[in-house]
This record gives sequence, structure tokens and C-alpha cells, in this order.
Amino acid sequence: MSDAALIALPLLVPLIGLLLIVASGRVDSLRDGITVATAVAMFTAVLQLLPKVSAGERPRLELFELFPGLGITFEIEPLGMVFAMLASGLWIITALYAIGYMRGAKEKHHTRFHAFFAVALFSATGIAFAGNMFTLFVFYEVLTLSTYPLVAHKGTDAARAGARTYLGLLLGTSVGFLLMAILATWWLAGTLDFTPGGIMAGRVDPAYGSVLLVLFLYGIGKAALMPFHRWLPAAMVAPTPVSALLHAVAVVKAGVFTVLKVTVYLFGLDYLGELATSEVMLYVAVFTLLAASLVALRQDNLKARLAYSTVSQLSYIVVGAMLVNQIAALGGGIHIVMHAFGKITLFFCAGAIYVATKKTEISDMDGLGRRMPITFAAFFLGALCVIGIPPMGGVWSKWHLIMGAFEAGYGLVVVALMISTLLNIGYLIPPVIRAFLVAPKDGGGGIREAPLLCVLPLSLTALGCIALFFLGDNLAGLLAGMFSVAPAR
Amino acid sequence: MLEQLPALQVAITLTAAPVVMMLGRASRLAWVLTTLSCWASFAVALLLFNQVADGSVISYEMGGWAPPWGIEYSIDAANAWVLVIIGLISALVMPFARRSVEQEISESRIALFYSAFLLANAGLIGITLTADAFNIFVFFEISALASYALIAMGQDRRAVLSAYQYLIMGTVGTTFLLIGIGFLYIMTGTLNLGDLAARLPEVSDTRTIRAAFGFIAVGISLKLALFPLHLWLPNAYTYAPSMVTVFLSATATKVAIYVLLRFVYGVFGFEFSFVELSMAWLLMPLALLGIVVPSLVAVFQTNVKRLLAYSSVAQVGYMILGISFASVLGLTASILHLFNHAITKAALFMAVGCLVYRLGGVSLTQLAGAGQRMPWTMGAFVVAGLSLIGIPLTAGFVTKWHLLQAALEGGLWPIAVLLLGTSLLAALYIWKVVEAAYFQEPEDSTEVVHEAPLGLLLPTLLLTASTVVFGVFGSFTVQSARTAAAALMGGVP
Amino acid sequence: MEWLGLYNYWVVVALMMIGFYIVIAQGNLIKKLVGLNIFQTSVFVFFISLAHLDGGTAPIALPGVTAYSNPLPHVLILTAIVVGVALTAMGLALVVRVQEAYGTIEEDEIHQQDELH
Repeated sequence: MSDAALIALPLLVPLIGLLLIVASGRVDSLRDGITVATAVAMFTAVLQLLPKVSAGERPRLELFELFPGLGITFEIEPLGMVFAMLASGLWIITALYAIGYMRGAKEKHHTRFHAFFAVALFSATGIAFAGNMFTLFVFYEVLTLSTYPLVAHKGTDAARAGARTYLGLLLGTSVGFLLMAILATWWLAGTLDFTPGGIMAGRVDPAYGSVLLVLFLYGIGKAALMPFHRWLPAAMVAPTPVSALLHAVAVVKAGVFTVLKVTVYLFGLDYLGELATSEVMLYVAVFTLLAASLVALRQDNLKARLAYSTVSQLSYIVVGAMLVNQIAALGGGIHIVMHAFGKITLFFCAGAIYVATKKTEISDMDGLGRRMPITFAAFFLGALCVIGIPPMGGVWSKWHLIMGAFEAGYGLVVVALMISTLLNIGYLIPPVIRAFLVAPKDGGGGIREAPLLCVLPLSLTALGCIALFFLGDNLAGLLAGMFSVAPAR
Repeated sequence: MLEQLPALQVAITLTAAPVVMMLGRASRLAWVLTTLSCWASFAVALLLFNQVADGSVISYEMGGWAPPWGIEYSIDAANAWVLVIIGLISALVMPFARRSVEQEISESRIALFYSAFLLANAGLIGITLTADAFNIFVFFEISALASYALIAMGQDRRAVLSAYQYLIMGTVGTTFLLIGIGFLYIMTGTLNLGDLAARLPEVSDTRTIRAAFGFIAVGISLKLALFPLHLWLPNAYTYAPSMVTVFLSATATKVAIYVLLRFVYGVFGFEFSFVELSMAWLLMPLALLGIVVPSLVAVFQTNVKRLLAYSSVAQVGYMILGISFASVLGLTASILHLFNHAITKAALFMAVGCLVYRLGGVSLTQLAGAGQRMPWTMGAFVVAGLSLIGIPLTAGFVTKWHLLQAALEGGLWPIAVLLLGTSLLAALYIWKVVEAAYFQEPEDSTEVVHEAPLGLLLPTLLLTASTVVFGVFGSFTVQSARTAAAALMGGVP
Repeated sequence: MEWLGLYNYWVVVALMMIGFYIVIAQGNLIKKLVGLNIFQTSVFVFFISLAHLDGGTAPIALPGVTAYSNPLPHVLILTAIVVGVALTAMGLALVVRVQEAYGTIEEDEIHQQDELH
């Protein structure tokens, strides 16, 4: 197949899936089957690109030009490749889980739910494949808009209020800061193409560049840097599969992915190091990392705790970008994957607990581990992966980040990462201890594991966390390609 | 035949008007005739546009009298652009009008209604075509008189009052324009715009010419609803029949803006307007206030039609802002927005017309549940709404991009930031509507509400689709706007 | 005393201000229209004054006459008067409809019945 077809296919599959899902909306089992089939087809389509990208090629597709020099363009590089594989691969598992969850928790409007899920995955892939900042921005906005109905899914006042915060913050930051930054970049640098080594050096005065960096980082609201992180906890009103795939993987990772893209391909690491504000933003990220962990400690609602944990973990990746060296940026890239597997497992478990027991507060979960051993075992594995303890994949990203911090000479950052790891243990392990070691208050009679369609996916992702420990080297090798200049086409 | 096109352009609708009026109770025939003449008029506009798209100018002597004695019609890339807007909107609004007008206007008045519509249309076309200052005044009054009648035919009794209010303010505006034209005539002895432009530089350093400029600018600003002279607009748009709101919102203020551009750039000239009189420093604050204040007011409206009317005032602010940058890029952005906003706002008001047709009104409470009951209409509203906000890949974004570039080019960073902020306000008021329509349960959920009839829906969807098409393939409109801007700037690239 | 020679322009200014004031200050819809008429009339007078030439006669070609008044403003104002009549008719028609709908043509009484922003 030609490059164009290879790139178009993963984008078209979810759209075709969307049409089929809507068309078959009246027959539940058919629609659910189509959802899973779409996810599988999409993952397969994405995988077709892998050999080319790992061989150092950069497949490219120019769709159309809006006006001279500015168009919708796709170009696949390692980081985008990894992000696309991650999102589409985990979609298969989430689709299975979502079917079990939506039936088990007796949610309504299944068709709308699965349909917008497909749109969200379509736009995540668009973000991953974007060849210039404008294309990325377009898909970024589509992702925001398409996930709004998913967050507001329940239609209750609380859901609407949460969704409003979600939309307001994401749209506000993206239009107010990100679009501004893009416009200014276009004006100053004359291009928005993602180029290895960056486009700013020699074109944009570092004084302007410093301002642009702040605009970009706060404009990418999906990366949840404080004080624009409120949308993420607010989005937890959504059904759990949404929290799992979108607010642990697709949406938030789209945010930090964009941060990495911007730093590596627009600013370029060398130019970034000259900017006065890169150090400032580094400390903002470090602050977010610690503060969000502290807030997470105090949350009793399991999903809220996980949400704040996500805010904290996202900042690891921003820290990776702001340390301005290749090892740290690589660590950031790896962390996108590692945290995705860990966190999606945790969310799946939270959902499974809700489906089986209707419990959402950690203080009510005493003794549940004996009734739901698989779920809590998986929770334990997921927690270890997020914390970064071998033999979990999470260890690799922390390893690279800390190495990067050493190389950059930021001892303080190393200390902060250490403290944060302790805090991670502090907020992720107690639920497991309560579940397994504390006796249940009310005897817990009648509680059993959630349906198979819930338990199977979370077991898979938990095992994935372990598998990633052994695949860490391959992943790092693939991602390292993002620093090399593309070979002549 | 082809050289008579300029005369035909205004003659078709102008002569159709009395014929339609005489049809009396044959309301269906009146509609057919009106529709056909609007389509013919659109075809002529396209032909004219095609002739001048390369930057050439057509000069037509009305009745064979050579200017400056006779009236000259002069068509360049700028006014052909406006003619296409008028033609497009009236050609699309007519299929929409049949069912909507049958519901809102009593049978016996339908022929009269269409007759007034044709007159309004002819008036706007005339303003755009003519190169004679006094002729502009006359056509302004023709279109205005017809518009007052159209607005007064709204169902609510406040429609009459709004029409009266508009009549008073509109007449003051056109009379100011007339005074200004008088001053110009004393000083130069000509009314032909081209001659005026040639003779003005000799006398430009006089109090009379400066007074003329003031009167003309204020008079036109009243007609184009520049903040704070916009007070007539929200009421007029809110209470007019649906079809009239669609037409007026997309064309009337646009034509007035074109006249302002013609006088400021074409007659007085860039040098006089912006260097000598520093017009930018008057327009810019007004434009900015005109964007921010009405946007804020729109956020608090509960009637969707009124909300969109205030948004129209804000959008006028965007166009004036582009002019105030006093650069080719800014002017291009303004001219682009004439078109992009026309299709966007027309699509929105058409969707509102569909909602009115089925729900009887468009307060936010009445809209509850409309998302499920009228999915196509609300879908169109959302897409056109995105264009109004300026989301990428919609027509609104193309303008906003150029406007922001123009702001950056002028080194006006704070204005660029402010513009992005006001986009958020637009997002806020559009989202209010969306939330009411999609996430609120209707009070009486047993009531059966159908999707709008195809006659209303198709034009709505067509216009909505065009906001996306012109958002994705922006090169054509950008190129045309650039040619038009160059024509107005007098060939200055 | 040169400015006295321009007395017709002073009349124009006075009429214009009177008319404009009535339009703004009067609450009665008919009186507003009257004000609007005065306002417009002042502009007509202004145009006619422009056309005047000292010692000029009516613009009819006669033997021995070389100075004519400018005929063009007269023609323009003829048109403008027609427009003005149409406007007044339109305005009055609207006022009739207002009277039918509200039972009054006083602005403040109407606003008591309907809040028009």
C-alpha cells in the first residue's frame, strides 16, 4: 500500500465504524460487536505503519491546503506512532470493558456513547499523525468537543456541571493561549511544520520564544498543568470506561504528547534551553507533580484520587520535556505508555468495583479484596506500575527521567521525583491494604466479582504492565528515532 | 446582452416588485415569480463577478448618459463580491421562505410581502452597484423603506414598534449621509465617486470636507449598526419574520459596511482618512467596544434570535476592526468576513427559523429537547455556531485567522489576545443554546414535534455545509477578498 | 456683518437642531415624525441654498443671460422630497398600527405594556 493509503486507513476506520455503530444502534449485540471489530481493525491498520516508521521512514500525506502554506498534513514519526498504537490498542480492551460496564451499571444511550468514543479515537489518531501544529490543533479541538457528550453522559445536573468545567477549561485554554501561540509562531517563524530540531532557532527571538513557551504549555490544557488542571477531576463524572481510556490515555496523553511534539519538533531542545522560561515551567511542572500527589492523598473517592494522581503523573512528562535533554524527553515519551497501562488498569478496577458493589469511596472498600481477588490483584499491579517498581514497566520511565535530571544537573528535581514516588505509594497502596487486610464492616455478603467482560480487560492490562517491563528497551529504541533527522524521502 | 448586465442586475428585482404586488391573492405565484427573479439576479451577479475577478473594472453609463452628467454604474472586485453575497443569500432564502412565510404572514399579504422583499433586494443591489453619491442615498432609502415594512410584518406586536424605531434611526442616518454628500458637492461640483476621488485632494484641507467626512461616517455607521449606534438592530432582528431576519442579517449591514469602505478608501482615500484624520483611532476603540459589550450582552439573552442579533452587532465590530488596522491584510480580513459572516449568520437564523416553525418560539426553555426532536436543524445550528465561534475548518476561522494576523502585523498583541477572548464569549453563548437543546428534557415530553419540513431544512443545510466548504477550501475566498481589497485601496498591493 | 449674508444657512442650522431635538426628546410617536420632517426639510433648504448664484436666474437658456443657478441640487431635492413623503407615509402607517396594538402612541405608556430593550 502507498503511504497515503497507510495513513488514511487508521483515520477512516473509526469513521466507518461510527457510521455502522449509528446504523446498527437498535440492535445491541450487533452494535457492540461492531464497536469491538472497529477497534481491532483500527489497531491492525495502525500496526501496518510500524515497520516503515521503525525503519526510519516518515510516511507523509498532504490532504489539502487551507491557504498557502497552511494545510491539513499528516506525517508519522516514532512518538506519534507509539501514541497511535497505544490509543488504538487500548481501545480494543476498553471496548470490551465498556460493553460489560455499560450493561452491568445499567447506563443509558449506549449508541451515542460508543459513537462518540469512535470520534474521540479518530481525533486522537489525528493528533498522533499530525504533520504540522495546525493539523494537530484541529484534531485537538475535535477531541475536546467529541468527549464533551461522553463526560455529560449521565445528563444529571452534576454531570452537566462537570462537563461544563471540562469544556470551559479545555476550550478556554486552547483558544485563549494555544491558538494565540500558534498564530504568533506562524507569524514569527513562517511555518508550523513539525521539523526535527525545531523551527524556531534563528527565526524567533528568544524573548518572544520564552513567552510562546508559556502560552504553549498552558494552552495545552489537556496536559493539566496547575492551575488549569481542574477539568480532569471534573471529568470524573463520566462513566468509568471514559475515565479509563480518555482520561488516563487518549485525552490526557494527547495533551502531554502535544507538549513533547511542541518541545521537540517546534522549539527544538537546543533552542528550548536558551529560553528563560523553560526553567520556570520546569518548576511549575515539579510543583504540579508534588501538589497533585498531596491532594490525591486526601481524596476518599477512588476515581477522584486516581484523577489527581493522573494530574501528577502528567507533570512527569512535562518535566521530561522541560529538562531539555534527550534522555529526559525519551523518559517522557516512555512514561506516556507506562502510565497509560498502569492508570487504565486502576480505572478499570474502580469501574469493576462500582459495577459489582456500587461503591465509590475508598473508606467503604474494607475487605472487598477477599470477595474480588482478581480485581484487587490487578489494582495492586497497576499501582506498582504507576509507582515504578520492578518488574513493572513504570520503572523504565522513572529511570530515564531521573537520569535526565542528573544529566541536566537539577538535583532538586531528582529529590522531587523521589518524594513523589513515596507519595504515590502513600495514595495507591492503602486501598489495596484495606481491601485485603481489613475486615469488612458489614460482612460484605453477596458481593462477587464483576462480569467477565469487566474482569478480563483489567487482567489483560495488568499483565501488560508486566510485559512492558521486558519491552522497555524496544520501546526506548523506537522512540529514540524522534531525535534523528528524517532520511531523504 | 453581456454589456447590459449591470443594468439588469438592479432592474430584474426592481421591475419584478410591482408585478408581484399586483398578483394580490395569488400568493403561490408571487412566490414563484420572486424566486425566479432572485435566481436570475444571482446568476447576473455571478456573471459580473466572473468578469471582474481578475481585477478589471466595468463602467456602465445608465441610460447612455456619460458621467459625470449621467449616473455611472461601476463594478470592480469589491462590489461584485458584495453583489454575490446578496445574490447568494436571496437565492437561498427564497426556497426557505415559502413555508415559513405561509405560516407567519397572513395569506392576503403574502404578495405584498414578497414585493417589499424584492424592493429591499433591489435597493441593496443598487447601493452596491452605483458610482453616484446621491444615487447611493436614494437606493439606501428604497431598501430601508421596504425593510421597515418587512420588519413590521412580524407576528409580535413589538415588531411594529421595532420597525418604527428603525425608521427613525435609519432616516437620521441617511439624512446625515445626504448632508455629507451636499458638502462634497459644494466643494467639488460632482457626485460621481470617481470624479470625487480625483477632485478631493485639491480641497481636502478644508473644514467643509472634514465635516462631510464626519457626517457621512456617522450616517453610514448608523446604518451598519456600529456600536453604540446599534440600538435599532437587536429589536428589528428579533421581531421580524424569520425569513426577513435571515435576509437582513446577511446583507443589509454588509452593504452598509461596503459603502463605508467605498467612501473611506475609494472617495476620501487612505491618505486623508487614516493619515490626516487618524480614523483608525476612532474606529478601533469603537470596534473593540462593539465586539466586547454586545458579546457580553448576548451571553445573558434568553431568546435565541435576540442572542444572535447581539452577536451580529459584535460581528460588525470585527469587520470594522479589520478596517481600522488600515492595512491590506486588515481590509482583506474585513471583506472576507463580509462573506463568511453572511453565510454563517444566515445559516444560524435559518436554523432558528426552522425551530420557530415547529416550536412556535425560540426562548431557551422552548428549545429544551430540540436536539433529539429536530436533530438536523440543531445539527446545522451547532455547525454554523462553530463557524461563528471561529473553530478551525469553518468559514469563521478563515476570517479570524486573517484578522489576527493583521493584528499581529500591526504589532497589536493585546488586540489579538482580546479577539481570542471574545471568541470564547461566542463559544459561551452558542453553548448555552446547545446545552438547552441537547441536555434539557422538554417540559411536555409526550408532545410530538417533527423535524422541520424539507423546504426549510434543505436551504439551511446547504448554507451550513457552505460554512464548512469555505472553511476547508479557503483559498478561493481569500484570493477574492485580496483582489477586492486591492481594488478598494486603488491598486496598492 | 458678513455672516448675516449667510442667513439661509443659519436657518438651516436652526431647523436642523430643532428637528433633531424633537426626534430625540419627544415621546409622542407622531411628534417624533414631525421632528424628523423638520430635520429633513432643513437639509432640503441647505441643498437649495447651495444652488444659488448671486445674480443668477432660473436655469433656462435665454438670450443675453450668462449666469444661471445650478439646476442639479433642485433635481436632487425633488427626489429627496419624494423619499421624504414616502418615509412620512410609512412612519404614519406604522404609528397607526402601534395605536391599534397598544391603544396609545406615547412611548412611555407603550413601554409600560411591553419591555423593549
